[in-house]
Amino acid sequence: MHNYVDGGLSEGAKAEVEAWLRAHPEDAERMRAYADQNAMLRSLYNPVLDEPVPAALLAVHTRAWRRYAAAAAIFALGIGLGWFARGEFVAPQVVQLSFARQAATAHIVYAPEVRHPVEVPASEEAHLVGWLSKRVGTTLKAPKLAPLGYDLVGGRLLSGPQGPVAHFMYQDGRGQRLTLYVSRQRGEPRDTAFRFSQEDRVSVFYWVDGNFGYALSGEMRRDQLLQVAEVVYKQLNP
Amino acid sequence: MDRRLIIEHIPRLRRYARALVGDRYVADDLVQDTLERAWNKFYLWRPGSDLRAWLFTIMHNVFVNQARRRRYEIEQAMDDLPAVAVRATQGEHLELEDVDRVLRALSAEQREVVLLVAVEQLTYEQVSRTLDVPIGTVMSRLSRARERLRQLLGGQAVMPLKVVK
Repeated sequence: MHNYVDGGLSEGAKAEVEAWLRAHPEDAERMRAYADQNAMLRSLYNPVLDEPVPAALLAVHTRAWRRYAAAAAIFALGIGLGWFARGEFVAPQVVQLSFARQAATAHIVYAPEVRHPVEVPASEEAHLVGWLSKRVGTTLKAPKLAPLGYDLVGGRLLSGPQGPVAHFMYQDGRGQRLTLYVSRQRGEPRDTAFRFSQEDRVSVFYWVDGNFGYALSGEMRRDQLLQVAEVVYKQLNP
Repeated sequence: MDRRLIIEHIPRLRRYARALVGDRYVADDLVQDTLERAWNKFYLWRPGSDLRAWLFTIMHNVFVNQARRRRYEIEQAMDDLPAVAVRATQGEHLELEDVDRVLRALSAEQREVVLLVAVEQLTYEQVSRTLDVPIGTVMSRLSRARERLRQLLGGQAVMPLKVVK
């Protein structure tokens, strides 16, 4: 009988049970009630599947990844310093890789933060932008991503291999976070096209504009992130 | 094998925990304890076997141990709550949240079985292995749980819980 409600019967057995139930209305009523219970319980608890997973629960994962990311960042920093020591004829792409990696590392470290995701909240946006502009050494803007569903959470100052880094964080209604990492670049001013790097689960689009490198990171598919990256790029280069 | 496979099962662990203990924060604590245990004991998982079933078994064990240590006092507290089950204004119409409350009236053992079957849609065989009890026990718990829920949800007359305005 329970198997009938839970869909565990073959077609033949099912037909037999149905014949029985037609002759026994009380049992039929009971089976209907049990099937209703299944349906109610599912509609009651299935929405939990769509809730964003709290950062604390991902920490089991993140703690392990952070160690890996930190090691990778140090490795990348080593390559960067090596390149600097040897002169500029070594492929600058190595440093580009490390830039995406730095941004991904910062994303992985700060995006799961629940209580302290940023140093300065979006409510003090003017102060935040002024402060980070001064420290990084250029006039920054925090892109407006509300039309895409992302609101500014705030930002913080980080220390990167090339000095101060401005780090902006955005979040959508479901708690999905994006970070924009802006840092001065070594060497001659230049412009590059969009580049993409997949750093474990973090997708990163990055580009260099003059003396500054920009990297947008998020745990989402490349095409989703590209959509946001294009908007960020257009706003920063009107 | 990659421990990060565990991550994709978190939403389902959360769903089951929420249904099992009711309170959102207590439920996430249960998930967290389960994840840490799974992470540390991952070498015990046989690659190729059902990871989800393995995680549910761990959650069951954590839940039972914690219940034994009376950390889930929330369950006791629920019994004392006046705001149970049916709002007077609802008439015969039950709201989904009433179902959640009625679920608390089951014993933890019955609740586990009915949730694993109804919500997680495990087979009776899988439930038997997850809870480490004979399949006959699974079936009798399931029967009693469903019958009790039917009584509680069925008519207002058999509703032993207080009606609040």
